Amino acid sequence: MLKLSNVSAGYGSFQALFDTSLEVNAGETVAVIGPNGAGKTTLLRVISRLIDASAGEMTMEARSLNTVPSHEVIAYGIAHVPENRRLFPRLSVEDNLRMGAYVPSARANFAERLERVYALFPRMKERRKQLAGTLSGGEQQMCAIGRALMSGPKLLLLDEPSAGLAPVVVQAIFEVVRKMSAEGYTVLIVEQNVQQVLKVADRAYLLETGRIKLSGRADELRENDAIKKSYLGL
Amino acid sequence: MQVFDIFLLEAVVNGILLGGILALLALGLNLVFGVIDVVWICYAELIMLGMYAVYYGHNVFGWPLWLALVFGVAVVAVLGALLHQFVIRPVLAAEPINQLLVTGGVLFFLQAVATLAFGIEFKNIGIRLPQLSVGEMYLSVARLIAFLVALAGMIGMYLFLTRSYLGTAIRAISQDRAIMPLMGVNPNRIFLITSALGGGLAGLAACLLVLQYDIHPAIGLTFGPITFMVCVMGGLGNMIGGFIAAFIFAQFISVGGFFLHIEWGYVIAFVFFIGMMFWRPQGILGSK
Amino acid sequence: MKWAALVVLALAPLAGMGNYPLHLLIMCLLWGFVYTSWAIMGRLGMVSLGHGAFLGIGAYVVVLLWNHAGISPWLGTPIALVLTAVVAFVIGYPCFRFKIVGHYFALVTLALTEVARLVIVALRDQTGGSLGATPNTALADSAWSLGALQFSSKLIWFYIILVAWLAGLWIWGRVDRSMTRLALEAISQEEDAAASVGMNVTRLKLGVTLLSALMTCFGGVLYAQYQLYVNPETVSGIGISLQIVFGAIVGGMFVRLGPTVGAAITLLLAEVLRLAIGHDVHGLDTTIYGLMLVLFIIFMPKGILGAILEALEKRRAAKTAAATA
Ligand SMILES: Nc1ncnc2c1ncn2[C@@H]1O[C@H](COP(=O)(O)OP(=O)(O)O)[C@@H](O)[C@H]1O
Ligand SMILES: [Mg+2]
Repeated sequence: MLKLSNVSAGYGSFQALFDTSLEVNAGETVAVIGPNGAGKTTLLRVISRLIDASAGEMTMEARSLNTVPSHEVIAYGIAHVPENRRLFPRLSVEDNLRMGAYVPSARANFAERLERVYALFPRMKERRKQLAGTLSGGEQQMCAIGRALMSGPKLLLLDEPSAGLAPVVVQAIFEVVRKMSAEGYTVLIVEQNVQQVLKVADRAYLLETGRIKLSGRADELRENDAIKKSYLGL
Repeated sequence: MQVFDIFLLEAVVNGILLGGILALLALGLNLVFGVIDVVWICYAELIMLGMYAVYYGHNVFGWPLWLALVFGVAVVAVLGALLHQFVIRPVLAAEPINQLLVTGGVLFFLQAVATLAFGIEFKNIGIRLPQLSVGEMYLSVARLIAFLVALAGMIGMYLFLTRSYLGTAIRAISQDRAIMPLMGVNPNRIFLITSALGGGLAGLAACLLVLQYDIHPAIGLTFGPITFMVCVMGGLGNMIGGFIAAFIFAQFISVGGFFLHIEWGYVIAFVFFIGMMFWRPQGILGSK
Repeated sequence: MKWAALVVLALAPLAGMGNYPLHLLIMCLLWGFVYTSWAIMGRLGMVSLGHGAFLGIGAYVVVLLWNHAGISPWLGTPIALVLTAVVAFVIGYPCFRFKIVGHYFALVTLALTEVARLVIVALRDQTGGSLGATPNTALADSAWSLGALQFSSKLIWFYIILVAWLAGLWIWGRVDRSMTRLALEAISQEEDAAASVGMNVTRLKLGVTLLSALMTCFGGVLYAQYQLYVNPETVSGIGISLQIVFGAIVGGMFVRLGPTVGAAITLLLAEVLRLAIGHDVHGLDTTIYGLMLVLFIIFMPKGILGAILEALEKRRAAKTAAATA
């Protein structure tokens, strides 16, 4: 579904991503793991076209993404839950979800999708009139995921959904990811919580200092010695 | 026994009506600031051009008044969009103060263009609305209309911002501009629309002012500063705050002008403004 | 080289310069002085749109005291300066104390300049309102009166204003030298960083503001006495305040001679346009001026002189790089 071939990117003269190739097939949940500063967020930003790739090819369902303006990426069926949730703090939960359905094609299905999001996150329904900035961290993450789902995406990009959350809440978030994979969503998830993410993912890539160092099936990587040592603390 | 002075009451009521105009003046500026984070110092000059547009439509081209008024609104809306595209957009990443100053340059430019194009004589659309006598008071019909239009404008704006996708996006973009593309929103398009809307509101204000005042190239200077004060005191970008501030200012001007001279009314209002800034720099409704 | 230029400038009027060119030269220096005064604080990020108030106080206080109380400008000037200092303090202290910066500082000071203009207009019985005021002449039977600070000779004014302008440049340099780099940065942005090393940012800012306001006030005195006419629109209000800011920006407010260059360019531009198009086309010169301002702020925010110096600097750097390579 999504395919990156030898993509490089950076900020000004600083290169953060080197020659990265990666593939996500329909229905899969794919994880990208790696330490802080590895370039994981950069990778998702390149896919969403928030920053330009300096080299390489990106395609979504065989259509090139390389020159698509960032606000049109969503029309390719890609929804991005950014790092740190980035809700609109002074909009209500429901208005945040409405922003997720901004594109004309999504507006028609607003009511129906809203119901689906509320079914997935009953808490959001209770809090729908509350300002998003006043939600707890876990609720904010759910709202952010819900907002992305409102566009009816084929592929969901999740940037560290568990970061900064209490252990119980982390469990709940991964439960949601598992549920979404079960429902058939295609997910590309970036995480530092390697232990958990490898349990919900089908495949994973290890990104270090901007380069893919390893890739394979999630259950295999869990048994990989290097990963065990550096990321699972075993 | 003369408990209250009927003329003082008249001043108070006229102050309330003046508040309507100030509120309308503040509305567009607040919208633009709230969304784009830029103060259009040349806002009053846009209104001035709107007044000329109405004058030309009605008195030079001989159109019916309503058409001239619509024309006035449309002209300023277009000017607002042009201002954004050609002046604000290039400096969006620059220092905030440069953004303020560049519109100050536009102020000079528009004033000069108006002088060049329309001359320095006073122009008048030749329509004077009557005074309305209520009991022993005389109230300006033009101000009454302005008050009602301002009220309608506020309500319309509120509904637009809270009930529509576009309005929601306009509120959202001021909170997080960088992720708007992830919602499928082209930020520049929203900015352009907002600027056109802000311009349209300025045009609406122009339509009401042209019923009461003569037009000349420097007229913007007479109500530009008061508009900024209203916006800042209400909390820049806070439309409800601006609305309330408009009525407070209007009372100072109207009642102050009743006891002293009209300039003293303004002086008191401005001094009050400066004092308020120190007491509540974030505006009357601001928190923190 | 610098001194040679200064000598040429000082001697120029003696070489039989016409009255009108001399007047232009005086105006360049006078406005150069005022713009420099503004830039002393403007370059530190304190963008005041209120300097018209200080200019107005200087111009009007001296003229009014002379006309209504017969008080000589020699005494009137210190009174105006004291009044200016009080006003600058009353506005500046709370602003810096409560960290009112950027837009808000600009708009508060804008209110101040409007207050000044409106007060002048409102006191029309004393000030003549928007018609302006003329100091009672002391030149009825002599060419000059030192006590009234009135001189019919432009040459005398040239030297007075030349000295004021030089003093302005000197103060600029002093401010530069007396402040450590850290202090300068502290004022313009790194407030908290400076406060953490024990620097009193409020006091620094207030000092610079007072200096700038006092100089501007003095500029107002000189303007009134030289022109022998003051008008609320030309010495106070939003129009003149913006003109001061833009003059400094066009020339370049970060370099010492920038504001003066700005004054010269704007005055000469108006003259050239007037000669080229004549008097009938009202507003063409300001149209071009306004357009220039907009283009400047967008494309050349450092001003003409700032941009030229930067370009020279780059060329020199490139040359040294080439030489060492
Ligand atoms: N906006 C930016 N400007 C410059 N460098 C950046 C920016 N964002 C991230 N970087 C740098 O790019 C590298 C990768 O960052 P990032 O993609 O955020 O890593 P991760 O998400 O894996 O923690 C880091 O070295 C970081 O410092
Ligand atoms: Mg990251």
